[in-house]
Amino acid sequence: MSLIQDVAGSGGPDPVPGPPPLSRKEKGSRGLSPGASFALRKTGAALGTLFFVLVVNFFLFRFLPGDPIGMYTRGRNVPPEQLAALRAELDRPILEQFFTYLRNPFASTIDSAQFNRPVWELVTERIWPTLLLVGTAIVLASIIGVWIGIKAGWRRGKTFDKVSTGVTLTLYSMPEFWLGMILLIVFGVGAFGLPGMFPIGGISTPGMDTSSLAGWLDVAWHMVLPVTTLTLVYLAEYALVMRSSLVDEMDEEYLTTARAKGLMDKFVRRRHAVPNALLPTITLIFLNLGFTVSGAITVETVFSWPGLGLLSYEALRGPDVALLQAIFLLFSIGVVLANLVADLLYAVIDPRVRS
Amino acid sequence: MASDQQTPGRPLGRRAIARARRREAAARGWRQFRTHRGGMAGLGILVFFTLVALLAPVLFPPETISVTQATGELLAPPSGQYWLGTDDSGRSMLALLAWGARVSLTVGIAATLISMVIGTSVGIASGHYTGFGGATLQRLTDWVLVIPFLPLAIVLATVLGGGSTLTIIVVIGVTSWAGTARLIRAQTLSVEGRPYLERSRALGSGNWHQMTRHVLPNVFPLVLTNTTLTVAIAILSETTLSFLGLGDPLRPSWGSTLDQAFSNGAVSAGAWWYIGPPGLCVVLVVLSFTMMGRALEQIVNPRLGGH
Repeated sequence: MSLIQDVAGSGGPDPVPGPPPLSRKEKGSRGLSPGASFALRKTGAALGTLFFVLVVNFFLFRFLPGDPIGMYTRGRNVPPEQLAALRAELDRPILEQFFTYLRNPFASTIDSAQFNRPVWELVTERIWPTLLLVGTAIVLASIIGVWIGIKAGWRRGKTFDKVSTGVTLTLYSMPEFWLGMILLIVFGVGAFGLPGMFPIGGISTPGMDTSSLAGWLDVAWHMVLPVTTLTLVYLAEYALVMRSSLVDEMDEEYLTTARAKGLMDKFVRRRHAVPNALLPTITLIFLNLGFTVSGAITVETVFSWPGLGLLSYEALRGPDVALLQAIFLLFSIGVVLANLVADLLYAVIDPRVRS
Repeated sequence: MASDQQTPGRPLGRRAIARARRREAAARGWRQFRTHRGGMAGLGILVFFTLVALLAPVLFPPETISVTQATGELLAPPSGQYWLGTDDSGRSMLALLAWGARVSLTVGIAATLISMVIGTSVGIASGHYTGFGGATLQRLTDWVLVIPFLPLAIVLATVLGGGSTLTIIVVIGVTSWAGTARLIRAQTLSVEGRPYLERSRALGSGNWHQMTRHVLPNVFPLVLTNTTLTVAIAILSETTLSFLGLGDPLRPSWGSTLDQAFSNGAVSAGAWWYIGPPGLCVVLVVLSFTMMGRALEQIVNPRLGGH
């Protein structure tokens, strides 16, 4: 969400939104190298965020008006003994409930309302399809996006820059599910004289054995449209950020030096400018996973891709509160971990951050 | 800000001087904005959609978007009578879009107002108070920044009760302030270090006075720029949440129309006129706010130059 602010200004993304690094150091992390204490601090911050998520997830459903039991069991018949167990659970002191919750946040007393199965089971089997879809799209989008960003930023103001900035800004302004539906109509269903070329949904043809080679190809064929959709939407921000961070580097003196040495333009770009400009882009790819999650939810819905995103949609239509809570928690854990990886990775590739 | 030092030796009152100075700054900003092609194009698109939103009841009487009184054929492609075809209830798409503009723009702007008020207050306060309070606010900002927006918004909307425009406004408002808060905090820190704040503290001004009279006016240009960019994000968020079925079914926004189209099988029917135009409207409006925001950013922060 902070992306566009970063893109359009404020001098690139702020790499370390953490606490002022001095305070802890003064208190003395004796015996620890700066790198280790940095890692420790970042891990601590991530744990803090996770705790905050748990608190929100737990108290939101208990402090808001309305009957929590009604909320959890809306729209289905619950066996009386399960209802009694839930009521007994909710009658305990709130802090006691909270500690029970902390011990295992996924073990809800109540099953998923829609599927009548434990939420944990439902959620875990949906993780892999989402990782496959989103992972492929992120890899493709970062490669293509960075390439576009370099090409546009290096020749700022030229035709390629103007066209690509226009296109990426438009893609960035696009609801990803809408793009998905358009691709689906044109290439899946077939419109304007085009035949339907790609499957209109799902992860594989029903009855296909997905462990065989033909099965793999079938899955790949099903992935084409959703991956294209997500890639187009994700690459927009990578290209915009890569471009603006390369433009930031352009005025640096070390580039003048490199040119003065008589280096060829492409070496100045590849060896000097791009590695430095890549730093903020790499962090951004991790930091913006929260944004990629939104894309996964709606695009999986459009393409009936059986991942966590589609599960969120199904849970929402219930609404199946127990399931929604579990999904929210899982997404948050994923994003917090990715942020931690980004912070640590940044410290490895840019030692200035550690001090 | 150098003009702060000029002494009010003229017969004008202090307020009159401030007003004149502000008017002058606004005129200067407008002159710069006018030279920015992207920004002007954005403004043009926005004016068009605002007019459409305001005139919707005149152009298309309310009964044209009522499901029960629709006159058209169901899911008819564009024709002379219905320029953009009809939806699956036989309503004119053009009328639906015009009425949708009202909802989408209202939600976008109202949610942004909430987000700006929270973001600016938290940002200034966390930059101004250096002790425990400021640190807590900063922590809170970091947390909210990290939590993925859409899952949080879905959970909040479910708990608050989906299906109402007000819920959507509140949900977007309370989930989207963190980016602004971080930006404003950084700016506040830089303002707080300037000499006139030291002077003000030395003269004994309180926290409230410092924050509202000295910090706020200085971060305000940034707030304004950020507002424009946040409206774009808020409208996109509204579209997404409505598409997921959290919108008010009686007051269809562009997102709800897309939800209807998707849920009623417009994709497999190949009804591109039902799906294409609402999304295109979203893209145009979001793009217009983004381009205006970028133009304003260049005016407020000339260091960015031709980025």
